[in-house]
Amino acid sequence: MTTVYEDHDDEPASDIPVRRIKFTINGAKKIAEVETRLLLAHLIRQGLQLTGTHTGCDTTNCGACTVLVDGRAVKSCTMLAVQADGHSITTVEGLATASELHPLQEGFREEHGLQCGFCTPGMMMAAKALLDENPDPTEEDVRWALSGNLCRCTGYQNIVKSVLWAAEKLRSQSG
Amino acid sequence: MYPSRFRYEAPRSLGEAIDLLRMGGDYAKVLAGGQSLVPLMKLRFASPELIVDINNVPGLDYHRADPDGTLRIGALCRHADLERSALLAGTQPTMAAAAPLIADPIVRNRGTLVGSLCHADPQGDWASVVLALGGSVVAQGPAGRRTIPVADFVTGPFQNLLAPDEIAIEAVIPAARGARSGGYLKLERRVGDFATAGVAIALETSGDLVTRAGIALTGVGGSTIGATEAAASLVGKPLTARAIEEAADLTAAVARPRTDHRGSAEFKRHIVRTFVVRILSRADAAEERAA
Repeated sequence: MTTVYEDHDDEPASDIPVRRIKFTINGAKKIAEVETRLLLAHLIRQGLQLTGTHTGCDTTNCGACTVLVDGRAVKSCTMLAVQADGHSITTVEGLATASELHPLQEGFREEHGLQCGFCTPGMMMAAKALLDENPDPTEEDVRWALSGNLCRCTGYQNIVKSVLWAAEKLRSQSG
Repeated sequence: MYPSRFRYEAPRSLGEAIDLLRMGGDYAKVLAGGQSLVPLMKLRFASPELIVDINNVPGLDYHRADPDGTLRIGALCRHADLERSALLAGTQPTMAAAAPLIADPIVRNRGTLVGSLCHADPQGDWASVVLALGGSVVAQGPAGRRTIPVADFVTGPFQNLLAPDEIAIEAVIPAARGARSGGYLKLERRVGDFATAGVAIALETSGDLVTRAGIALTGVGGSTIGATEAAASLVGKPLTARAIEEAADLTAAVARPRTDHRGSAEFKRHIVRTFVVRILSRADAAEERAA
């Protein structure tokens, strides 16, 4: 994989620290050479061209850039890409199959869980981490789990409903 | 936003990490959870030349109690591990109350208690909690290990006592001699915001007498504040309404809040006083139920 960066400095190329990393993204094994200061969010968006992960505030507040690292929700603007070495990343593109939406995506459609859609990928990934750990959450559990993700459109009500809808669908599928 | 350029090393042992720090000198930083350091680097408030990422060092993600009840929290124990901990829920009421209030759930998945102590933000919740509990930080360097009480460890805002070639490997909470009670209350405008004001109280009681008390404040001064006089006023007495009021007054007196967008100094001082009464009244109620 080739990653092309903007050049803002005068250093010779040999002075720029770069590391080779191996990681898994949405099930696919990858090798990348990354500048050490590259953030995981930018490896995902610019390096891998997976633009479903959004960068919103870029200050660890909004949660739009949330991805799963080894199953745990992480704000990808606040982790270095080099730290993905040896780990498994799941982004919103990893939810659906070629033919079928993930129940969370169906839930957001059925319950009108998005308006502008900017926060949606982060909401879905935080919700995925919750449902993987707790398949039968209460409304309070959902609100708690999503409290690190900001939405400026919906007032959250329909997002919570969407996640509860998905939880029920997932339970009926497994039961 | 990008951090400025740095060399990155991810050692697989503490010895290797300390060697790297020794060579990196003042320009090296240890990276654990990164939930404070990475934002600081992005804002260029911190521009280390060398990052020593300790996430690949095995055996640091624990939190466990020694046979005598001493609690040990490793440098890679995440806030989320503490939030879900049955050990804390059963034995450490002040810590169990604080864990779910740290930052937000996603940040808690990566951030660490030990890292929070090292970061020494006056708005940091864990420093107050560990100070109230009389805890320490264990630092390891080329010459071996030393244990530093957290009261000495935090030397000022964003400053700690670590030498450039030392790593904080563990936080230690001493065993209780009496029955533990207490709590942590924090007022925040929204989840993930810094505390408008926070109060940590750790009590130990024997019969109806308080045998040890610790009170510490978050976000109402240029550093974490220990309310030692207030805590001392509780010891040796039962937790009467009068004792609670006196401790609340003494605590509010040592708060040094400033008026800002989160509230006026007067308001914050009032919150501190109210939180002391609330936590101590609950501790009192818990004892009555137990009796």
